[in-house]
Amino acid sequence: MDLNDTPEQAEYRAKVRSWIEANKAGAPGLGGAELGKEEAWIAERRDWQRKLAEGGFAGVTWPAEFGGQGLGPINQVIITQELQEAGVPGILDVIGIGMLGPTVIAHGTDDQKQRYLAPMLAADEVWCQLFSEPAAGSDLAGIQTKAEVQPDGSWKLNGQKVWTTNAHFASYGLILARTNSDVPKHKGMSMFIVPMDAEGVTIRPLRQITGEAEFNEVFFDDCVIPADAVVGPVDGGWMVALTTLLFERLAIGAGSEGFGYRADRFAAAIASDPVAAADHDVRHRLGKLATDLLALRFTGFRHLTAIERGGLPGSEAALGKVTAVKAAIAAGDLIADVIGPDALAEGEWAYLISFLPGLKSAGGTEEILRNMVGERVLGLPTEPRLDKGIPFNELRALEKEGASA
Amino acid sequence: MNFELSDEQNALQEAARDALSRIDTVAAAREALEDESKRADLWETAEAAGWTGLLVPEEQGGVGLGPLDAMLIAAEAGRTLAPVALLGHLPATLLAEGDELQQLAAGEKRGAFVPAMPPTDLDHAWTVDPQSGLRRSPAPSLDGNKVTGRVHWVPDAAKADLLVVIAVDGTEPKAVVIDPSQGGVKVEPVVSYDQTRPMAHVEFDAAEGKVVSASADDIARAWSVAQGLIAAESLGSVEEALERSVQYSKERYTFGRQIGSYQAVKHALVEVLRLMENARSLMYYAGWAGQDSPEQFTLAAHAFRVGAGEALDFASRELISVHGGIGATWEHDAPLFFRRAQLSRRLLGGTASAADRVAGELLAEAGARPAA
Repeated sequence: MDLNDTPEQAEYRAKVRSWIEANKAGAPGLGGAELGKEEAWIAERRDWQRKLAEGGFAGVTWPAEFGGQGLGPINQVIITQELQEAGVPGILDVIGIGMLGPTVIAHGTDDQKQRYLAPMLAADEVWCQLFSEPAAGSDLAGIQTKAEVQPDGSWKLNGQKVWTTNAHFASYGLILARTNSDVPKHKGMSMFIVPMDAEGVTIRPLRQITGEAEFNEVFFDDCVIPADAVVGPVDGGWMVALTTLLFERLAIGAGSEGFGYRADRFAAAIASDPVAAADHDVRHRLGKLATDLLALRFTGFRHLTAIERGGLPGSEAALGKVTAVKAAIAAGDLIADVIGPDALAEGEWAYLISFLPGLKSAGGTEEILRNMVGERVLGLPTEPRLDKGIPFNELRALEKEGASA
Repeated sequence: MNFELSDEQNALQEAARDALSRIDTVAAAREALEDESKRADLWETAEAAGWTGLLVPEEQGGVGLGPLDAMLIAAEAGRTLAPVALLGHLPATLLAEGDELQQLAAGEKRGAFVPAMPPTDLDHAWTVDPQSGLRRSPAPSLDGNKVTGRVHWVPDAAKADLLVVIAVDGTEPKAVVIDPSQGGVKVEPVVSYDQTRPMAHVEFDAAEGKVVSASADDIARAWSVAQGLIAAESLGSVEEALERSVQYSKERYTFGRQIGSYQAVKHALVEVLRLMENARSLMYYAGWAGQDSPEQFTLAAHAFRVGAGEALDFASRELISVHGGIGATWEHDAPLFFRRAQLSRRLLGGTASAADRVAGELLAEAGARPAA
């Protein structure tokens, strides 16, 4: 086992490091936007992404013909590590560059690639992901937002999306919508590109327990988009969505410590209180949660090894989020028990405690992750499904009937 | 970056699995509960495979491998509850020297590590597990070359030819090699809840031995290696328990469907998988630190102990409950894994003290000065 870089990786790391060294004076701060200063914050972060892109450090895994560097995921990991080490932020449009751009590259037309990829890379146009809906989260294929084809071949969107990060300043969204309700639900969806300033699009911030509005709700009312907005085949949107989710998995595998939940950080919060540091219950709880976080860290190295060897982490990588959330909840509880109610006032620990209940469901609820891992990794049988083979519109009727019974 | 097993390590693991499959050690574990003489003894297997000298440098007659290799073999032994006697023997080979070391490495003699737990940031004494209760006993004392004191629940001591005892001279720990057949040594075999482990309480009354040159750091390292080995055995038992649980959950039907299709069962089995994968990562961490980052080895080995212990506690209970009532009967194999879990968590300081040490290491690193 060897946690060191190969000679090629070390060389690349040195290149990244010297670029950061030369440019970090102009980098924005790590924090989020202050109230009332959101626009300035976004502008700074756009500039910083543009600079990173010009240096060749944004979208490094994209093919060179689309402005990328044609490098492997491990190079992306090195960049992320070096940016963290230097205390400067990474790109603004993580979702666009990491998931949506690669989806367009995989399924888009030549015209779409020509039009959209370069401005995405330079942060001139930020993107958002319009998949989840109020009634379709774990069961994503149950989306109800409709795209109806018009006589001129254009599409009319109606419906609502939710949990949409960055929608309030995004230029485009990748939207999954139902194009055929007469077939079973996985077979009647299509993927589209929608301009976020199109007529009929309404964006509302969604405040969370933390008080921040990290997400938005997005409403579509008779929003018309052109015929060439379809990504991939009409009614073949599920396959396109799976590509996006695959890139999400890669991103999670490559950055399992990305939440900043580290054993040493939590230990430091307790170390300053000599009574707590000698208390058996405190130590026992800290020892257990620290063990989980160490496991998470070294599981991350196993995933990186898989990625470096040209593969993907196994589906069990999804369990990393379960461990991270569980251990961080235990840490928040412990630290607040030690500090007292002051810990719940504004600040690092209050934010952590308020952020975690939502994170538990983000990117897939714990329950749906356990189903997925149980079936794919352990080979356990699926539960009988009541929606299989049933046309979507009949299914909706059945659901309505069940709810009113 | 390479944080997976090497080809050699994969081969070592496969060879161990193969060598340990020749005797039905799980069946023997049940028989040994009623007749101790039925306990399997795989010392010859260990000797033939070269495991007895696994951690001993080649120039001293050993194989010269590292802690991760030893843990991989221990994990295979844990899968089949095989009594290979390496938990006591391998840490002993880290401390012995000279002729005795060569005999241990060659497998001519069986060693047993008679351990003492190193001091923590709160407790500055070297201590041993008590016979019962929470108050830890002082480690045996050393006067010249004579050891006096009592150590309880020593793994593999009942069948050992040489004991490597940790005794304290003033405040300084020393390792002393003692022949248990001589005067002043009493080895009392104990019938244990998990009869796959030949355990004993050991008493020394001015017993003469050979004080070896091992430093306090060497002795603390041997303790950490023992933590890693018992954790690895647990991890192997978890792997086996999960395979058996998954298998049964696909065969058993209720209400017209396989029980593994129910979320209540599926989610619990995924929890076993999650704990198991976490423990495996911690084993790699301990193996890597033991080889390449000694200053992290204490933290890593104890974290592995905590993670693997939690995994086995959960997996062994889940193995029983997936099987329903039959899983709790004498004839079933599940209780044998449960017995292993119950005893293991209470040996070598117990998993609770390992959790405390994980916290202590991190707090010390963060500059804590705990109140007395």
